[in-house]
Amino acid sequence: MGSEDRKLRLGRRGFLGAAASVLAAAGARADAPDPAITEVQEWARVLGDGVATRPYGKPSQFEKHVVRRDVEWLTASRESSVSFTPLHELDGIITPNGLCFERHHAGIAEIGPQKHRLMVHGLVERPMVFTMAELRRFPGRTNRIYFLECAANSGMEWRGAQLNGCQFTHGMVHNVMYTGLPLKALLDHCGVRTNGKWLLVEGGDASLMTRSIPLDKAMKDCMVAWAMNGEALRPEQGYPLRLLVPGWEGNMWIKWLRRIEIGDQPWHQREETSKYTDLLADGRARRFTWIMDAKSVVTSPSPQAPPAAKGPNVLSGLAWSGRGTIKRVDVTLDGGRNWRPARIDGPVLPLSLVRFYAEFDWSGQELLIQSRAIDETGYVQPTKGELRQVRGVNSIYHNNGIQTWLVRADGQTENVEIS
Amino acid sequence: MSRSRSFALAFATLLAASAPAAAQLLPLGRAAMPAEIAAWDIDVRPDGQGLPAGKGSVKDGERLFLEQCAACHGEFGEGAGRWPPVAGGRGSLKSENPEKTPGSYWPFASTIFDYVRRAMPFGNAQSLGPDDVYAITAFLLFMTDVVGEDFVLSNANFASVKLPNADGFRDDDRETAEKQFWGREPCMKDCKTEVKVLGHARALDVTPGEKKGPKVD
Ligand code: HEC
Repeated sequence: MGSEDRKLRLGRRGFLGAAASVLAAAGARADAPDPAITEVQEWARVLGDGVATRPYGKPSQFEKHVVRRDVEWLTASRESSVSFTPLHELDGIITPNGLCFERHHAGIAEIGPQKHRLMVHGLVERPMVFTMAELRRFPGRTNRIYFLECAANSGMEWRGAQLNGCQFTHGMVHNVMYTGLPLKALLDHCGVRTNGKWLLVEGGDASLMTRSIPLDKAMKDCMVAWAMNGEALRPEQGYPLRLLVPGWEGNMWIKWLRRIEIGDQPWHQREETSKYTDLLADGRARRFTWIMDAKSVVTSPSPQAPPAAKGPNVLSGLAWSGRGTIKRVDVTLDGGRNWRPARIDGPVLPLSLVRFYAEFDWSGQELLIQSRAIDETGYVQPTKGELRQVRGVNSIYHNNGIQTWLVRADGQTENVEIS
Repeated sequence: MSRSRSFALAFATLLAASAPAAAQLLPLGRAAMPAEIAAWDIDVRPDGQGLPAGKGSVKDGERLFLEQCAACHGEFGEGAGRWPPVAGGRGSLKSENPEKTPGSYWPFASTIFDYVRRAMPFGNAQSLGPDDVYAITAFLLFMTDVVGEDFVLSNANFASVKLPNADGFRDDDRETAEKQFWGREPCMKDCKTEVKVLGHARALDVTPGEKKGPKVD
């Protein structure tokens, strides 16, 4: 292992240890010429790998720490569990395919496209079966960028700050450009009867995951997709076919989509009764809370990505809303005493992540960093306290409260809650 | 091609031509056969739609549960280790540690039948026949005091089973119950006089690397 490699690994491992050493290095005086410049480097002398030695390209060997991670104590088995997107290592708005968080209920189904079928039946004129090849021959193929957030994202933070890192507090979200068909095209092809009001959508994995979806939503903007970011879906994301339910909770985006049944009532499946219902303080629960409310998080600085040095710094983060387009993101460095609008850069699309930045000069004082998203419906991201006031702390799902990171004088950054 | 077959085909073409909607249909996809629909359409609704014919007793259910489920869900459905509990928790929904099980939380018995039939036992899904699923559902209902120990559940009496928390749910009302989150002009300057740190994630120390941690679902 090269010393460069070792430094990176150690630095990234210790969430809180990282900052101090980086700060020290930044303070070192360089009075001797830099050997990185004056010495002929290995890579500037000998030949590197030829073409096609890496037929499917992978990230640089120096980026090995940029991976999905799971939280061992969370679940009894990895087949019904979750791994989190390393948001603190990413930039822009698109999540690379191999880093999109995973949530499986019965592991990853490996389904060959030749054997995959999509059935549409129930209250339709023509119950039909489609192959993947037929779906690709349908007219009206579209490309759309959407975020997908698990309703349980930040669910571990309802009772207070728990996990040190936005990967774990906010990493059940990703943003991908999908290719596929509007679901409406398939439903029209089969002819939904006038008494058809609901869809049951089902996956082909060993959990046969199911959800009920109102027909209006299906006709408005749902899609069946076979590609993500230009290539076939990854098996973890439902290869060969996934349902998209833009702006709505991730559990509804059925992976390995094999069946759509049309009915006149919802089915009250396990994932819309036992799970994905929001228990309130009075012991009653909200159901069918499909929309993901506006939310944002600062990805850097954050516990896994503390400030690199004093002086000029770039605060960076993500915002999204299941109700439409993000209009504004405010940030504060002093725990909400004063706010300023962040600079949103890159595409600003409805139901997609947006990237924001705020440049700041850090003199080493303690910072309490927050961000606050506002969407086109006028919804203002609430504080965690405001959310708890209306919902209590038992609802697990839909925690879109404002996140606080404390940056200490030595650069260590941690997840805190403030008054 | 036999005579009658070619006649049938010609007839079908004629029919298609005379029905404008069908005529515009692209030749993509094929009709789903009844046997194919029957093989995949195993969902059950609260009103009983989708229930297969069959029956099963609490007694048989107990035997099946001990054989095929208890290793993970515990002999009494209490959940072994970190595997989820499937019984208990009645009256806990308002408490600090609500325990959500079919008996304490789920609104409809149909969901138990449907879910066990499609997804359990974990790792050997869709291996149980209708009678087995009736029996296991009956046993789970018995475990949470919804039915007696001599109960036999069937497609005929399914609708009579009511779960205790059937009325515990309401549709999403965020747009009215939380309307204060809309249309506010957020404060930008001198919004607070003091800021106190109330809690640190570090105090808990459950970030990966640590084995211990609180329960979540
Ligand atoms: C190998 C362990 C294992 C075995 C054996 C097993 N289960 Fe499960 N069970 C699970 C897991 C894991 C889940 C949660 C799955 C998920 O959420 O994706 C679960 C979920 C459930 C649930 C829903 C719990 C809830 O609160 O939503 C029920 C009901 C259930 N199992 C019943 C059964 C029955 C009945 C059997 C026997 C026929 C069985 N299980 C066998 C592991 C197991």
